[in-house]
Amino acid sequence: MSQAPSKFADASLQVNRRHVSGKLWLTIFQVATLIGVVALTVLLLTILNDSFGYVAVENKVDPDSLAVNGIPLDAQDKETLMQTLRANISAGLYARFERDQPFAERDAANVYALIQEFVISPRILESWTLYDSLFIREQISETLERDFPNAELQFRNWLSWNFVRAQQSSYPEIAGVRTAILGSLWTIGIAIAFSLPVGVGAAVYLQEYAQDNQINRIIQTNINNLAGVPSIIYGMLGLAIFVRAFGLFTSGIAFGAVDPATANGRTILSAGLTLGLLVLPLIIINAQEAIKAVPNSLREASFGLGATRWETIWAHVLPNALPGILTGSILAVSRAIGETAPLIVIGASTFIQVDPSGPFSKFTTLPIQIFQWTTRPQGAYHHLAAAASLVLLVMLLTLNATAILLRNRSRRSY
Amino acid sequence: MQNSTYAIETKDLAIFYGAFQAVGNVNLEIEHHKITAIIGPSGCGKSTVLRAFNRMNELIPSVSTKGVVLFNGHNIYERDVDPVEVRRHVGMVFQKPNPFPKSIYENIAWGARINGYTGNMDELVESALRGAALWDEVHDKLDQSGTSLSGGQQQRLCIARAIAVKPDIILMDEPCSALDPIATLRIEELMYDLAREYTIIIVTHNMQQAARVSDYTAFFSLSEDGKRTGQLMEYGDTKTIFTNPGRKITEDYITGRFG
Amino acid sequence: MAIPTPPVAPLRRRTRIHEVIIQGLLFLCGLISIFVTTGIIYELSKEAYLFFGYQQWLPAHKPLVADIAPEQTLFEVGTQGPALEVGSHYRIGDEIMLLEAVDGALVQMQRGAQQTEPIAHRAGLTLSREVNPNLLEFLTGTAWEPHNGRFGILPLLNSTLIVSSIAILVALPLGLATAIYLSEYATPTARSRLKPILEILAGVPTVVYGFFALTFMTPLLRAIFGSGVVEIYNMASAGIVVGILILPFVSTVSEDALSAVPRSLREAAYGLGATRLETAIQIVLPAAFSGIAAAVILAASRAIGETMVVAIAAGAGPNFTFNPFKAAETMTGHIARISGGDLSYDSLDYNSIFAVGLMLFLMTLVLNIISQRIVRRFREVYE
Repeated sequence: MSQAPSKFADASLQVNRRHVSGKLWLTIFQVATLIGVVALTVLLLTILNDSFGYVAVENKVDPDSLAVNGIPLDAQDKETLMQTLRANISAGLYARFERDQPFAERDAANVYALIQEFVISPRILESWTLYDSLFIREQISETLERDFPNAELQFRNWLSWNFVRAQQSSYPEIAGVRTAILGSLWTIGIAIAFSLPVGVGAAVYLQEYAQDNQINRIIQTNINNLAGVPSIIYGMLGLAIFVRAFGLFTSGIAFGAVDPATANGRTILSAGLTLGLLVLPLIIINAQEAIKAVPNSLREASFGLGATRWETIWAHVLPNALPGILTGSILAVSRAIGETAPLIVIGASTFIQVDPSGPFSKFTTLPIQIFQWTTRPQGAYHHLAAAASLVLLVMLLTLNATAILLRNRSRRSY
Repeated sequence: MQNSTYAIETKDLAIFYGAFQAVGNVNLEIEHHKITAIIGPSGCGKSTVLRAFNRMNELIPSVSTKGVVLFNGHNIYERDVDPVEVRRHVGMVFQKPNPFPKSIYENIAWGARINGYTGNMDELVESALRGAALWDEVHDKLDQSGTSLSGGQQQRLCIARAIAVKPDIILMDEPCSALDPIATLRIEELMYDLAREYTIIIVTHNMQQAARVSDYTAFFSLSEDGKRTGQLMEYGDTKTIFTNPGRKITEDYITGRFG
Repeated sequence: MAIPTPPVAPLRRRTRIHEVIIQGLLFLCGLISIFVTTGIIYELSKEAYLFFGYQQWLPAHKPLVADIAPEQTLFEVGTQGPALEVGSHYRIGDEIMLLEAVDGALVQMQRGAQQTEPIAHRAGLTLSREVNPNLLEFLTGTAWEPHNGRFGILPLLNSTLIVSSIAILVALPLGLATAIYLSEYATPTARSRLKPILEILAGVPTVVYGFFALTFMTPLLRAIFGSGVVEIYNMASAGIVVGILILPFVSTVSEDALSAVPRSLREAAYGLGATRLETAIQIVLPAAFSGIAAAVILAASRAIGETMVVAIAAGAGPNFTFNPFKAAETMTGHIARISGGDLSYDSLDYNSIFAVGLMLFLMTLVLNIISQRIVRRFREVYE
């Protein structure tokens, strides 16, 4: 039998070419994957770059001259600090501070902050990024001598302990994020208090009770759709419902907790509820997954013993779904902590120096503070924004690490 | 009130998955304090029938049940009957051991507690574990998780859990199918002992097991009309079914010619 | 052998009140999500409706030439300023009139329109024209200046679409390539190292991305294309960074879709002598197409709804331009900026952002529904 001529091209040659194109594309895929990694690295470097660097500072009073009996300012106790303050500011200003908040109630950090702001009063005239500080040091010195002959060049760590514990200030050199951190914690606390029970309740209903009928299908579809609604829309809902329609309650007027003349609904309570609504669908969907993962054999065992549905849920379904529910909820919460847009819409106050004292306080949050500082034209504020971003990222990282730990520790076998 | 002659009695029992009829026309009387085995080829609805005896089927949304199941003479499918009460009296042991991921002690105590047991819990746990022939193996580790036991021990724990609520009937749905032969043997021995106090109904795909342990045997198979509905083909005392079956289809099955 | 038969069990149904109450409460929890949706739709629609009914009087720059009497319907007005429109309402003082005809400087008015009293007016008083937003203008107008009577959403919509398109152009190829690499090539070790990085990228708050856009991406673009070409605030920088923001989303969901393609399909391709690339591109990718399409649509919906990056980096103020290097406010950016100021209820500003919000909501809703449809069909094929 004679062999028919093959209609295939020279096989080895072709395979070779195919392998070459395979390698080429693999490289492309790898590079594309790497770009994501690079993006994250550059993002972090950008933030770090703005969090440290040289600043040209001019002090009204040299802090070294404020030492009392050889004790430097940093180490003084509250009494000494108060004396230092009284000695260096006008009596009228001192009286005003007393009126704002009696000195008896203030702590040492607070008095220290007043000295920083009103006595030493350092002014940052110019600031540089970490990159500039490391690589164009000479140019910086030249600029300093030429433009700011009286200023001193300091290497500044914007993310200092002072930054974390200091209150908001209109001077970038002493501004801090304590108010914003507390505001974030308050709003998140309220958001969790609202959305966790409701979300888990809804998930339990949908997984354990709901029959496959029209209304339950609508609820399920609706939850899936809500998860995709842009966060700013939740802000508008919060503005219309919590701030405006229920302003009497969210402001605290209805409870007699605040002065009706100045109060309005733009409070921590409104913000917390808005964020609560925002994360509700996420919590429901995550909790549903966790409940779904509880094996049916446990339910059957429980029913087989004559347990009612709720007894089964309470004793077996929920305890076994709890780690999953918590993990999902922590992830939802970390999303809420980073949310900015809805809080802008419901009207977070941007300049607040007083720590929030309860659900009816005006508030600012960490992301809001970052937004405000980012949008200021002066360079010094960008350093604040970067440092605040680092604080926010550390908070989120801590939360996520907790979630992962929780997930790994409670993996159980059935 | 009069006690009835039978522990369970079904009349024209039929079970549907949606529109599909899985089991039909089941008329069965189950004696008190005997072991009754339900055998038959897979997919013939044995487990479905068993789960009808304590209304477990209604946990599956699409299932509907027609006909009558009398438990001690009471139709458990009547409107005013509470499935929770039924299951308290008709306990169940499942195919795969399914202890709660709690301590051994709690596995047993929980069912008693929700059913309003007020006596000495330690005594109850001990007697239930002794009843399930597990006490000697676990008495020194009652606070360990039930899931830490071996498969056979887990299944005996599930039996102990079931008898702790003092049911009248124990349903066993292929209780040994996930176990090795030695563990299986222990469960079979246990069933003998349990039959003194409880009525036992066991579904099994293992005919030797049915022949070994049961007093009565019910043979189910798919109907021959092509509709794939499970039907009770033959029912009688085990010896007769296995030595002198009344129908050819039963004989074919037990001699291994099909199934 | 005499065995006592067990006593008859009381099987009667007990009413377990707390069980009923608990079930009711849980149902209410489920129902809250419905209230949320209803609340969103109701509030957005209500305020948007008020927006379209908002009555504004803008100066028409037409002074009365002579005094007019209450019953006088024909009179003369100045001719400077834009032309008068027949059928529009005009106001002098407290009286509203309907313009019936106009002939040069001579106008014919129906006096005392909209339940106002016809009264005498003195020469020199100027007319104000009534301006109402209408749906047609809202959808087709190319300028968004509500206080000047111009209500076209196109500038906002346009920049939203440009930013989102840039974002998709960045995220789709990168995300898809990442997904193919992770699902078809990467060793388990490589995958376990890369996936957390993507998760971190997804967890970075959007406001931080905004900071990144302004302090890194914008200077980078200005360095590449020249600061004369690229404005400080521009859509390109915002778009690229939004792209990075949705990248982990596209890659994760696409990878899930690729992984869901059964092994047997890959083995069939390998069995025919296909290379890894040929299998991935010609067999696995098409099989996962609908899942990937759903991911991309959902990502687009996110890009459209993304606020902080555009609020920080894309610029303030509506601008109808197709040049991505120019500043132009998006829908979300506009809502954020207007509501960030001191916003009073029932003002034109308040109502207008809800009209924009309604548009935004509908766009994202449609995209979400389409993507869910696709996902559902996808599931039916493989499960």
